[in-house]
Amino acid sequence: MPLSEIAFYVLSAGAIIFALLTITRKSAVVSALMLVMTFCFLAGIYLTLSAQFLAVVQVAVYAGAIMVLVLFVIMLLNLESEDIRITSSWKSLVGVLVALGVLAQILAMIFMSEDKLPKTISASAAVLGTTESVGTTLYTAYSFPFEMASIILISAAVGAIILAKKRLA
Amino acid sequence: MVIEALIKIAIVLFVVLTGVSYTVLVERWVCAWVQDRIGPNRVGPLGLFQPLADVLKLLLKEDIEPLMAQKWFHWVAPVISIAVAFSVLAIVPFGHVLMLGNHAIPLTIASGINIGVLYIVALTSLGVYGITLAGWSSGSKYSLLGGLRSSAQMISYELTLGLGLLSVIMLSGSLDLNTIINSQAQGLWNVVRAPLGFLLFFVSSFAETNRQPFDLPEAEPELVGGYHTEYSSMKFALFFLAEYANIITASAVMTVLFFGGWHLPFVDQLGLSSLAMTIIGVLAFALKVIGLLFVFIWVRWTVPRFRYDQLMNLGWKVLLPLGILNIILTAFEKIYLIA
Repeated sequence: MPLSEIAFYVLSAGAIIFALLTITRKSAVVSALMLVMTFCFLAGIYLTLSAQFLAVVQVAVYAGAIMVLVLFVIMLLNLESEDIRITSSWKSLVGVLVALGVLAQILAMIFMSEDKLPKTISASAAVLGTTESVGTTLYTAYSFPFEMASIILISAAVGAIILAKKRLA
Repeated sequence: MVIEALIKIAIVLFVVLTGVSYTVLVERWVCAWVQDRIGPNRVGPLGLFQPLADVLKLLLKEDIEPLMAQKWFHWVAPVISIAVAFSVLAIVPFGHVLMLGNHAIPLTIASGINIGVLYIVALTSLGVYGITLAGWSSGSKYSLLGGLRSSAQMISYELTLGLGLLSVIMLSGSLDLNTIINSQAQGLWNVVRAPLGFLLFFVSSFAETNRQPFDLPEAEPELVGGYHTEYSSMKFALFFLAEYANIITASAVMTVLFFGGWHLPFVDQLGLSSLAMTIIGVLAFALKVIGLLFVFIWVRWTVPRFRYDQLMNLGWKVLLPLGILNIILTAFEKIYLIA
């Protein structure tokens, strides 16, 4: 087995184990930390595909920024003491159905386009480094969706601030 | 290849660990000098063996674990802190290429990483976990408050750090640290080309390394000792080590990004051999790092600690707008002055 394949199996096993731990741990803080570990293993998988930019952004943004904020909120509100329990059975039923739907969608995508998927990131990207490739694609072909996403994010942030201000007044 | 990398890792670890212990000693000397005292001079000549005595003392202390602590996380927090502090050094180029016969050895542990700057950003953003976890897992209110403060502070100042970095990336057009140094060797050092960017990076480095005047996570008059209140013995020593390793790393990164790394102006016109050039380069890099380390220490014993709201106001209302202004200015500079 080539080294890259071993790396892939080790990293994906790690990602799956920590993802399972994320949803099974009782303590919210521990769950959040397990999610951080999952993100780190995912970043490792990106690295084996020579998508360095994506890997580093995964760590910097998800593991480093977003999860720190989540952890911050959990610690600040002291959610540890709160016993979160799903009481009604239909809520969990909906949850399971949605999860199964997403799983089916992912599996369908994988099996329908198996021969179309590239085996690795293109050779030019591996040489150039994916930063340039991602940047060029983002600001030329996908500039409109990219700007739209940023507007949506900003309006969400502004909306959150307005809601918080209202409660204060 | 592997052996070469291992040797480089061993050398860098040895130098940095020695550097850390002597930075502590120098810090105490400078502090004494600022406060008009004598400072440590008892252990060995001039007090030079003081670090050894300190380490021995810390190793021999009893490791006390608080009753309310989350055992595993309490143990792993200092490990995260120290690991992150040292990992950044893997990509810092501490010299030019060393030629041994026909064999070229790049003086970086991991050379040819084309996302160097982003790697630094990613690792510093992970550094928060060590402190936050230490605060939370200790099961003490002082520690928890220290941990919370640190995560708020580090998230806020990471933005400014990134915005300061952006001017370097814009001027060099690359994320690779060697390319950044070369672009400074050909033109001017980035501290001249992007002074505002340097100022932003410099100020937020203090916040990221939890140094005075931004050492609120461990502000002792309010929080006893902050996130490491409940730590003792070698685990405390690890946090201590991580703090100083972080300062050394920050100085090294600043040297590379803003002070031309191993580059010294006018040396390449002297017509020296490549070996001499490499040695001068490494020495120049070390000197620059030591100079910045001194500034870190100097600031600590000169500027009083900020209040928490002052820290947040400075970060969000002063430094962040300045960071955006910095990008605009750098863009104009790049278009009209350089290209």
